[in-house]
Amino acid sequence: MRSKVVLRRVVAKPQVIFGLAGVVLLLVLAYLGPLVSPYGFEDKDFTAFRTPPGADHWWGTTQIGQDVFAVTLRAMQKSILIGFLVALISTGVAAVVGAFAGYFGGWLDKALMWGADLLLVLPSFLIIAVLSPRLKGATWLWFVVLLAAFSWMITSRVVRSMTLSLREREYVLAARYMGISDWKIIFRHIVPNLSSLLIIDATMNVSGAIIGETALSYFGFGVQPPDVSLGTLISAAGGSEAISYPWLFLFPAGLLVLLVLCINLIGDGLRDALDPGSNS
Amino acid sequence: MTILEVTDLNVTFRGGVQAVRGVSYQVGRGEVLGIVGESGSGKSVTSLAVMGLLPAGAEVTGSVKLHGHELIGMREQEILKRRGKSISMIFQDPLSAFTPVYTIGDQIAEAVRVHQKVTREQAAKQAVELLELVGIPHPDVRAKAFPHEFSGGMRQRAMIAMAIANDPDVLICDEPTTALDVTIQAQVLEVLKTAQKETGAGIIMITHDLGVVAGLADRVLVMYAGKPVEQGTVEEIYYEPRMPYTMGLLASIPRLDRDDQRLVPIEGAPPSPAALPPGCPFAPRCPLKVAACDDAEPELVQVGEREVACIRSHEIELKKLRGADVFPAPEIVDEPVAPRTPRGQRDKVLELDDLVRHYPLMKGAVFKRRVGTVHAVDGISFDIASGETLALVGESGCGKTTTLQQIMQLEAAQGGKVVVFGKDSAALTRSERRELRRDLQIVFQDPMAALDPRMPVGDILAEPLRAHGHKDVGKRVAELLDLVGLDPSYAERYPQHFSGGQRQRIGIARALALEPKLIVLDEPVSALDVSIQAGVINLLEDLKARLGLSYLIVAHDLSVVRHLADRVAVMYLGKIVEIGTVPEVYGTPAHPYTRALMSAIPLPDPALERSRRRIILEGDLPSPAQPPTGCRFHTRCPKRALLPEPERARCVAEEPPVVRLAHADDHGAACHYPEVRNS
Amino acid sequence: MGTYLLRRLLSSVILVAIAASLAYLLAASSLNPRANYEGRQPPIPAGVVDSTLDEYNLNDKAPLLERYGTWVSGLVRGDFGKTWDGGSVNDQMVRRIGVSLRLLLIGTILGSALGVAVGAFAAIRQYRFSDRAIGIASFVIMAVPVFVLATLLTMGATGINNALGHTLIEYTGEYNPALSGTDQLLNRLNHLILPTLSLCLGQIAFYSRIQRNMMLDVLGQDFVRTAQAKGLSRRTALYKHALRTALIPAATYFAFAFGTMLTGATFTEKIFGWHGMGAWLVESIQHNDTNSVAAVALFAAVCVLVAGLLSDLLVAALDPRVRVS
Repeated sequence: MRSKVVLRRVVAKPQVIFGLAGVVLLLVLAYLGPLVSPYGFEDKDFTAFRTPPGADHWWGTTQIGQDVFAVTLRAMQKSILIGFLVALISTGVAAVVGAFAGYFGGWLDKALMWGADLLLVLPSFLIIAVLSPRLKGATWLWFVVLLAAFSWMITSRVVRSMTLSLREREYVLAARYMGISDWKIIFRHIVPNLSSLLIIDATMNVSGAIIGETALSYFGFGVQPPDVSLGTLISAAGGSEAISYPWLFLFPAGLLVLLVLCINLIGDGLRDALDPGSNS
Repeated sequence: MTILEVTDLNVTFRGGVQAVRGVSYQVGRGEVLGIVGESGSGKSVTSLAVMGLLPAGAEVTGSVKLHGHELIGMREQEILKRRGKSISMIFQDPLSAFTPVYTIGDQIAEAVRVHQKVTREQAAKQAVELLELVGIPHPDVRAKAFPHEFSGGMRQRAMIAMAIANDPDVLICDEPTTALDVTIQAQVLEVLKTAQKETGAGIIMITHDLGVVAGLADRVLVMYAGKPVEQGTVEEIYYEPRMPYTMGLLASIPRLDRDDQRLVPIEGAPPSPAALPPGCPFAPRCPLKVAACDDAEPELVQVGEREVACIRSHEIELKKLRGADVFPAPEIVDEPVAPRTPRGQRDKVLELDDLVRHYPLMKGAVFKRRVGTVHAVDGISFDIASGETLALVGESGCGKTTTLQQIMQLEAAQGGKVVVFGKDSAALTRSERRELRRDLQIVFQDPMAALDPRMPVGDILAEPLRAHGHKDVGKRVAELLDLVGLDPSYAERYPQHFSGGQRQRIGIARALALEPKLIVLDEPVSALDVSIQAGVINLLEDLKARLGLSYLIVAHDLSVVRHLADRVAVMYLGKIVEIGTVPEVYGTPAHPYTRALMSAIPLPDPALERSRRRIILEGDLPSPAQPPTGCRFHTRCPKRALLPEPERARCVAEEPPVVRLAHADDHGAACHYPEVRNS
Repeated sequence: MGTYLLRRLLSSVILVAIAASLAYLLAASSLNPRANYEGRQPPIPAGVVDSTLDEYNLNDKAPLLERYGTWVSGLVRGDFGKTWDGGSVNDQMVRRIGVSLRLLLIGTILGSALGVAVGAFAAIRQYRFSDRAIGIASFVIMAVPVFVLATLLTMGATGINNALGHTLIEYTGEYNPALSGTDQLLNRLNHLILPTLSLCLGQIAFYSRIQRNMMLDVLGQDFVRTAQAKGLSRRTALYKHALRTALIPAATYFAFAFGTMLTGATFTEKIFGWHGMGAWLVESIQHNDTNSVAAVALFAAVCVLVAGLLSDLLVAALDPRVRVS
């Protein structure tokens, strides 16, 4: 069957294998690591400030005596969670907006795409940064909503342009001439045929969201204390700290890069396998 | 004198797929070799292998000798000296074959400068001369145009100009006219003949169109599943084919010049080159198959003057068997029992009254703006009586597809009226429109695009049933599959598991699901290979007889239409120029355009094809954004050219309406000076 | 063409106006300039704070639309308003735009030119070692956020400087004010190295991947085969026909790439101590400086739209099919 063929093609890509293996390892590390760690992420060891990695504190300690291993894993959990949630929401929004704009055309298309253009004019980083003072004290889920609200536009444009061509496809015309309702056509014929694109984009959006989240958190515009994310950790370890106490920087930064790299690898492999027409 | 000699050529692609197996042929100076085969027969791969242009990863063995020099394994530098100089190639799709960002003139001049030591200016001048040679008007101006600014026919002319720039000895033409309309095809074939006269080159003509080969080739090589199955002179192949495949192929073509009752189909589909059957690859479809056919693949052996790859060829020769003897033509199923009531007394299933559809013409992808109006359909009227088949024929851009869309949309037209089963589509309510859709269904041209690739066939057929509240969907799906000659167990498979002909049958089954009264057929067989076409055409005829359907067929192929239709309407630039019953229109075409259209269709009969007088139209189809005044055909009309001046003026000034012809029952033409029937 | 540009300009102006208004309204409603005057020792009397804030059009007690009206009427006269401590936003802006544009222009030009060159090279050497090396490198670089890359670069520079015993590579600020003449110019260039690298590497990686993929798409197309059928060698066919055609899709990504770089520049400026628009954004949000935030937003919107226009013009220049004849 079709899905099996596709699955076999996907699994045959080395990028996907490496990427998936990497992501699984990082997930295991993030969620099972804390179970084997001798220190919790809230524990403070007042006998060890800024100690380099060693037998006691595997990845060293921070300026206030936190265990870098425990804190970094805690931060990675949050970054992963935010990344996946944002990607899911924004890809969903993009699919719906793009498919509706493309399928119905006319004023709905104009209005939706004008809205998307407007949101593209201002860098999303800027808008979320401006809104960030309101996040103080609020749950991090609001941050997720904000990130998702400002990252669907480009995907929705791609979805729209593909819908435009699908709309003229003969099987869609056939459905229309059979008297099938527009909603049914969109969800039965258009969106399923965009699934490759949506899967690929959702994957790429995960890494995009993780970078966006950490970037905002780096300046304190994102995840707010007491929550921690890789961005806040890298920020705290930045500047002169990074030079004198590199473990504070290298562990969270390394994990961040690894995470993004693995997800990008999966996305790239998926694109190769699902969308052989495009070489990208 | 042999210029190109190919011996035992084999091409194997990565993964072990053998696309070409043991092709041998020779081409002499001034000689035309036709290579004929259906899609996937390896005919194009053969020529790319000869040119050395196959992608990396294709393994080529055998020998290709040009002027006695072996090309396979030759040093790249040496090959480059020959490629484009002594051997050059014309590709199928001239739009993608030109680099979009350089002008036509520059690209031809580049071909000149690769092989000749001339200055830039001289090369540009030569390019203009070459464009003039292939009949491009204002070549000095047009040389500065980009490929997208040329029409399809002009691009193919430019392609020929580029190919003959260095006076080649061998010219390989890979389906050079497949993408073109018939009247343009006739022009381009003339240009090819001119080019051959100029250069004296040997030509290898690769095509699936047996008519084109009949008119052009001296010798013919027939390919099937990557292998040559028959080779001989054009007369031998056409009049006395000895390989059952060739026999079936020739018998299955609908003929413009004959009024056969029934077409002869070849059952099944060509094998995939990745999964060849043991023994003769044609055996599974061959009515002459015996057990020995599966033992080994037959070699190409000499039978008389020609070569045939069939173990029973001697027997065929001896018994003088013909295609019609070997391939059984299926009986027509239950002709309508009741004698037909005259057309005038039957209900009208569809009436078009002065239908108009104009589009805004937009230009530019980035800098979009409106630059004019496309007069796609400009006031056409016709009707279809129940149980009747009307064919709408014309070349691309004549407005036939737009007409079809206007009918299917069931919405108010821009101008004029569409009346379906007596109901004006402009006055329909939502639910009336939905109800009407049950009775009006469509079958599309491209059977791949018409079926949602993500749905199993059962769901595709069930969709209209569920949408209209049918019960017992499963049973009906099985019935439908059976009706179109497919196994009901296929319901669980996906569209990509079927061959083109089978997919088209599924498309027909879907159209039949709601038991419609009128089916619109949009080029129903033009995407199919010749050997498959006949089966689908027969199916459509059977269904019509059995279910009492009416058809509206949109097609460009006049031969197919002759088989399927009762009446025919010929369109040109958004207007109907001639309409009438098939015997009358085909027997005595009255409009000069219809006459030109019919004369442009090549017949698969060498003697007829070479002896008949052909009307070649001048120039391209005018843009539907600026249709000519008066009669739209006057700019290209061969008849008008012969008229005295005052009569000519009328063609420009006055638009002719469709008028019933004298002495005719049901035959009208939109011409001030129609051809008068002799009787 | 003329009317087209005019229409496009008009719609851009409207978009900028709406975007900037949106940014102002968001900033004015979520930032709290009063916080700057609270909790001081000795405390500032409430009346004084109010009148100061009123003077700067930052008082949250005034209705939002009234403040917006004041801001717009100033803007129409070319006055961007006052910073939270009473400075002129215009003055800051002039200085900082120069700083930012220098970084952005160098980043765009170097990034796109080198990226396209690297990508084309990789495509022609597809599946060879160099192609794979370039592919892996660009993949890794694209996974490194600018703030990590910039920090890594400073760490590297410190390492080199420490190893050499003197400062070979500078990484804070724009120049050393103590120097003059040629020395200062060289010093400025030295200060440019790391910020430029941090911005360019990502761009090069991005463009190289796009260009490589687009070229590979083009390689399989009929016109490359036609070019070879004329007798051109594969290499010539690729350079003359494939590279030129593959530039078109790459040009459409220009606007997108510029947008990413605009955000990236914020980190570069902050980390390397450049006083540009990006750094200003961060500082003004931290200082609840509404008018400055709005000014940065306006600048960003103009940049994005100009990049979009440039991208379209670039495509039109490269592709005869989209030009209006």
